[in-house]
Amino acid sequence: MAETQIATHEALAHHFDDFEQQREAGTLGMWAFLVTEVMFFGGLFLAYIIYRGKYPVEFAVASNSLNVTMGFINTLVLICSSLTMALAVYYSEIGKRKPLVVFLLLTMVLGAAFLVIKGVEYHEKYVEHHIPVRFPTYEFRWEAHANAGAHEASLPPVDTGRVEMFFWLYFAMTGVHALHMVIGLGILTTLVIMARRGRFTPEYHSPVELSGLYWHFVDIVWIFLFPLLYLIGAHLH
Amino acid sequence: MREHVVSPRVYFAVFAALVVLTVVTWSVAKLDLGKMNAIVALTIAVIKATLVVLYFMHVRWSSRLTWVFVGAGFFWLAIMVTLTLSDYATRGWVTIASP
Repeated sequence: MAETQIATHEALAHHFDDFEQQREAGTLGMWAFLVTEVMFFGGLFLAYIIYRGKYPVEFAVASNSLNVTMGFINTLVLICSSLTMALAVYYSEIGKRKPLVVFLLLTMVLGAAFLVIKGVEYHEKYVEHHIPVRFPTYEFRWEAHANAGAHEASLPPVDTGRVEMFFWLYFAMTGVHALHMVIGLGILTTLVIMARRGRFTPEYHSPVELSGLYWHFVDIVWIFLFPLLYLIGAHLH
Repeated sequence: MREHVVSPRVYFAVFAALVVLTVVTWSVAKLDLGKMNAIVALTIAVIKATLVVLYFMHVRWSSRLTWVFVGAGFFWLAIMVTLTLSDYATRGWVTIASP
């Protein structure tokens, strides 16, 4: 009798035997997608490895001009957002709607805070002419970088084109990462609406669980970006 | 296999470890350790990523098939990096006669 009850549950798609099989299929599908994401970011990391190997001095000096404090704060913000996302998944598993909505909203606030800090950093780079483009009205310049002055003499001499390559990779990697954050915020908005309508139960909460996997994956990308972009020149002073 | 509900206590412990490791990675980066800087930074990053995958992403309690998927992803990434770098690292080792 129990089996017929489960088989006719509205949240169970007809092509699955039970909730366990449905959840398992969802998790595997999400991981298949995340593997393509690993390869996607992997290409950028590979480009980074090759160019850092070719231009180690320029990469260290260019990295030294980034705002490490903001990068550090953003790392903490993202780790906090991963915690709130994990707690949202927990409350969806035990079927508590109110804390689920609260933690989803907290995750969104932290995600938005990350993007705001990132935006402030991008603006700094814009003002310093560190965006690697060449337009008649705006072009990449290295001489005028902000950290010059106080300890300029202690930094080794560098080739501007090679420094520009660092910034190209910096904007490509953090830009694609930020795009993933924006998409994540869109997903979270949908989850909040669904959660408020009471669409999630202890039997069925795959959207929360799988979106959590996505959110944590984006966090992992940043865990690698922070030391590779911000910290390789931290010892130069 | 039934769904494993992970206690918030585990999440808070992992969170604390991630924060500590972030502080450690920044402190170590300020020292000039030569080549060891990159090795230390990457080791800490890999430990942090592993914590997130195993606990936040529940892989520790996932099925063997999920482990295969996750492992395959990073294995193929390793192939891409290793083969490409074996090319870049060995350029100029052999001189090719021009026709």
